[in-house]
Amino acid sequence: MNLMTILSLLVSSTFVYSTPLIFTSLGGVYSENSGITNVGLEGIMTMGAFASVVFNLTFASSLGKLTPWLGLVVGGVVGMIFSLLHAVATINFHADHVISGTVLNLMAPPLGVFLVKAIYDKGQTENITQSFGYFSFPGLADIPVIGPIFFRNTSAPAWLAIVVSIALWWILYKTRFGLRLRACGENPQAADTMGINVYGMRYAGVLISGLLGGVGGAVFAQAISGNFSISTIVGQGFMALAAMIFGKWNPLGGMLASLFFGFAQSLSIIGNQLPFFNHIPSVYMQIAPYVITIVILVLFFGKSVAPAADGQNYIKSK
Amino acid sequence: MLKVKPKTKKILVPIISILAGFIVGALIMLVWSYNPIEAYSSMFTSALGNMNGIGETIREATPLIFTAIGFAIASNAGFFNIGLPGQAQAGWLTSIWVVLANQNLPKIVLLPLAIIAGVIAGAFVAGIAGWLRAQFGTNEVITTIMLNYIVLYSCQYLMQQVMSQKLRIDTDTTKTIAPNGSLRIEWLSSMFGDSRINAGIFLALIGAFLYWYLMKKTTTGFEIRSVGANPYASRYAGMSTKKNILYSMILSGGFAGFGGVVQGLGTYQNYFTQTTSLDIGWDGLSVALLGGGTAIGILLAAFLFSILKIGGLGMQTIAGIPYEIVSIVIAAIIFFVAIQYVIGLLFKNNKEKVPNSEAETGPATVSKTTTSEGGQG
Amino acid sequence: MENTANVIEMRHIVKDFNGFKANDDINLTVKKGEILALLGENGAGKSTLMSILSGLLMPTSGDILVQGQKVAVKSPTVAKDLGIGMVHQHFMLMNSFTVLENIILGHETVKGPKIDFKKAQQQIEALSARYNLNVDPKKKVSEITVAQQQRVEILKILYRGADIMIFDEPTAVLTPQEITEFIQILKELAKEGKSIILITHKLEEIKRAADRVTVIRSGKSVGTFDVADVSNNRLAELMVGRHVDMKLDKPAAKVGKTMLQVSDLQVKNKQGVLALKGLSFNLRAGEILGVAGIDGNGQDELARALTGMQHINAGKVVIDGEDMTNQKVRKITEHGVSYIPSDRQKYGLILPFSISDNLALQNYYRPPFSSHHVMHYDAINEHAKQLIEQFDIRTTGSDLPVSDLSGGNQQKVIIARELNLDSKLIIAFQPTRGLDVGAIEYIHKQLLLERAKGKAILLISYELDEVMQLSDRIIVLHDGNISGEVKPEKTSDEELGLLMTGVKKEGSALA
Repeated sequence: MNLMTILSLLVSSTFVYSTPLIFTSLGGVYSENSGITNVGLEGIMTMGAFASVVFNLTFASSLGKLTPWLGLVVGGVVGMIFSLLHAVATINFHADHVISGTVLNLMAPPLGVFLVKAIYDKGQTENITQSFGYFSFPGLADIPVIGPIFFRNTSAPAWLAIVVSIALWWILYKTRFGLRLRACGENPQAADTMGINVYGMRYAGVLISGLLGGVGGAVFAQAISGNFSISTIVGQGFMALAAMIFGKWNPLGGMLASLFFGFAQSLSIIGNQLPFFNHIPSVYMQIAPYVITIVILVLFFGKSVAPAADGQNYIKSK
Repeated sequence: MLKVKPKTKKILVPIISILAGFIVGALIMLVWSYNPIEAYSSMFTSALGNMNGIGETIREATPLIFTAIGFAIASNAGFFNIGLPGQAQAGWLTSIWVVLANQNLPKIVLLPLAIIAGVIAGAFVAGIAGWLRAQFGTNEVITTIMLNYIVLYSCQYLMQQVMSQKLRIDTDTTKTIAPNGSLRIEWLSSMFGDSRINAGIFLALIGAFLYWYLMKKTTTGFEIRSVGANPYASRYAGMSTKKNILYSMILSGGFAGFGGVVQGLGTYQNYFTQTTSLDIGWDGLSVALLGGGTAIGILLAAFLFSILKIGGLGMQTIAGIPYEIVSIVIAAIIFFVAIQYVIGLLFKNNKEKVPNSEAETGPATVSKTTTSEGGQG
Repeated sequence: MENTANVIEMRHIVKDFNGFKANDDINLTVKKGEILALLGENGAGKSTLMSILSGLLMPTSGDILVQGQKVAVKSPTVAKDLGIGMVHQHFMLMNSFTVLENIILGHETVKGPKIDFKKAQQQIEALSARYNLNVDPKKKVSEITVAQQQRVEILKILYRGADIMIFDEPTAVLTPQEITEFIQILKELAKEGKSIILITHKLEEIKRAADRVTVIRSGKSVGTFDVADVSNNRLAELMVGRHVDMKLDKPAAKVGKTMLQVSDLQVKNKQGVLALKGLSFNLRAGEILGVAGIDGNGQDELARALTGMQHINAGKVVIDGEDMTNQKVRKITEHGVSYIPSDRQKYGLILPFSISDNLALQNYYRPPFSSHHVMHYDAINEHAKQLIEQFDIRTTGSDLPVSDLSGGNQQKVIIARELNLDSKLIIAFQPTRGLDVGAIEYIHKQLLLERAKGKAILLISYELDEVMQLSDRIIVLHDGNISGEVKPEKTSDEELGLLMTGVKKEGSALA
């Protein structure tokens, strides 16, 4: 295996494994910047994965190549609807954010499998026929060295994820919506006195996280797992949560951390094909994202990195 | 609006949550044209209708009691130990490993040794999170979630790469343990229709009693509850918050590890590779939340969820309704427990009036904190 | 007909919180260009009334007229559109945001989808210059002083074009000199045609700043007066509802041996910066040593270091002849130190616990309250009953959660617990914070009683009046140093104010 092949293999598999994490961690960033802790990302991804697979299986024959992309939309919408549970519980009903998020995680896998059984009368779905294949950017793919590594036979959703994270960074820090959203995560009471609709902004934060988490799950299902079962999403959502923390609650940080975790994940899977890496037990790569997150949290101690009012209910007096 | 005493309300909230959870399950079944009445009745008859079912239900409840107590101890100290699955898994693998590696020791030595080793393993995993919290203030929700996965993958690695081949059947399953390392009791199993019920249930009941005694009657429990309710005031009262954080997480993990031990030495008699976080961890969390963290509440909730889980298997075979409905009902119950504020709105507190004025100042002053009336800076 | 000179008219305002009437038929008018003081005790309903005017709360009944028109102030946005702006007592700022972001929040100018930060900055700089409110718009709020934060709050409402400005206890965090500056700013704003409502319980400030004063008591209107026509004593009576004797009966101190000796105390704060830069002082039995100063000049660290809550980086704390530097909290308590913390709910009480448990918080681990790690609740309840009677804690039972008690009774629980320890040294940090006059009097009397018993008392307070009334000697903290020591009978607010800002003064007033 020459260096070029190794590099392009590494980059493309890193991209594939990072994409679900990028979308989902961006969702976490938006929810938590609005002040709602979201440990339910795992459950949201599960619903997104379920919805996209069912959609894909149903419409692949009529929609063809477009199917997985529309599957993303469907996964996102279903994720968003599912996240409403979390929004209502935490924003209107004063629920503890961690408990409510845990309910999403408890609810999603059995609900998905129940529906699969109800629809297909078996415990897991067939494999989808229209998945995200490889994509080459016309023109860019021909650039020497860089082209083959980054732009030829690469993952289109990954590039979409990167563009989305830049856009979401810009929205969070440069627009009125972003400023107000962050205000609700920083000091909701003060935001209220400034005439900002705290409940509305927090709903926006949670629903955006539902949308993006659903998209993340849909990407995972349609690019990696290929079907839906009880063990489709196992830990991806928590890893996205870790990426959000590693990225200091910032969209660009979340994206970079996701790329790094995707790299570690792909090494644990394709490492045995690569020289040097085939000597490292894959367990190190598997646990790396989780260990790194703990280390980062310890190092951050005392520095305020999370939004100040993250996880706190705001109860408006009337 | 009903007027009830706060104590009555405490009991009504979980009861209403349970009913609401069952209704959610029924609605979902109705949407997909399953018959909920048939479902629930087949569920209860198969869980409680014969000795084997009862035995299995008790067996199912055993680890849940342990993991729920684990969650509740941390919760008393103000922590959300979401790492029960990892801690239980560590306890499970460790206890099985200890038994397999020392099969020829007498039961009186081997069984306690294996249990203690499993408990320590769970306590160690939780202790990491506790230590990080005490020493660096690291958020335990995140560390325990991360530790779940670290344990999950580490156990896979230990099974496949580290464990001696003599102790396992293949890379994913260990050999079955010898009777002198097992919690099974012959007469008990045969009494309950050859179910997998085991001595673990007696240990669980003792555990629940110890938990109650520890929290309500000892200075250690007083300190743990105090630190959980207000760490700042507790420090001013001379308590060591660091010590109590560490103690409570170690105790919490120890109980969770015990849950894994009874699962291994009692239920399965071996260990096999897990691909997802252990159910008994998540279910224990649910049990503790529904049980309101009290010993008696935990026992009742553990049995309820076990009825659902064991009965759910019967429901699937008898009524042909997917087993997953059980987990959906459980999740829905916890959802309603989480939004108990709303359930509480149905009832008005019938609280005795407390004099709220400073009488010595004459009739002039009322000092009542309202949402908007702040103190002077 | 409507009096058009009244910019604001609030008529028969009632606000009911689940049966508790925080406002009960209150009337208030504000004229254009005037400064109206709103006077009342803690809990009298001032903040509730103003929250209603600024759209944070809806009244249960009553009318609000702005410029003669009846309005419904349903939200802060409506209030803003009516030209009403409020500076809250606890600043409503985002610490991690810049000054600029804080000012424009909720009222952003946009260019396309993007916030026009440049234009906003120019507008803010213009406002700063016009009203003499200097503050750097690029700095984060966490990096500026409290007085500057207050300016940000004022700029915030000016930026929204407020004509009616409400200030809730604005001087609580300021030095006497800063208060003078602040009153100057208020007067200039009024001259520009702004109408100002000044919420306060400080009579002196009303005299200096306001044109008229509306007094409320227990949620009811007492009356409105021209400030020039009414004396301070009369105002105090109106506010409290009975004759108040502002003077405490304080016999001469009978000073004994040195109980607390602090030498070259250096303590770092959470950010690792020296918050106490080498304090030295001592305190003798039978005297009250007041520690004056503005919040944030090392008071927290001093209290925490003396009680063992915070690591001492250098220096020595000797209590009754024994070195207590960096000892454990419990060792210090057992050595004879009682502590009344500044924030009773955060540091003094375990709110969900019963009154009995809270009363036993300092000795639950010892017989008769426990033995061999087993709690004896009979003894704990007996102890509680005794203290409830002795300290006149108003409750229906010792098993109630302490959160059910009023603020004054919660403070009594702490006082009972701490004084019952019979310690040699009592550290009282803001012991009367947020309490009404009756409770304040009670606590002051208790402290003087302890002084008469020969206890050494360290009184750390931001309330200058309190320090002046109770202390035998006063030290002033500024920026982690003692900027001066004075005797209360030989000093003045002005001198203390200068010391609080770090201006050291040579001369006769120094003890």
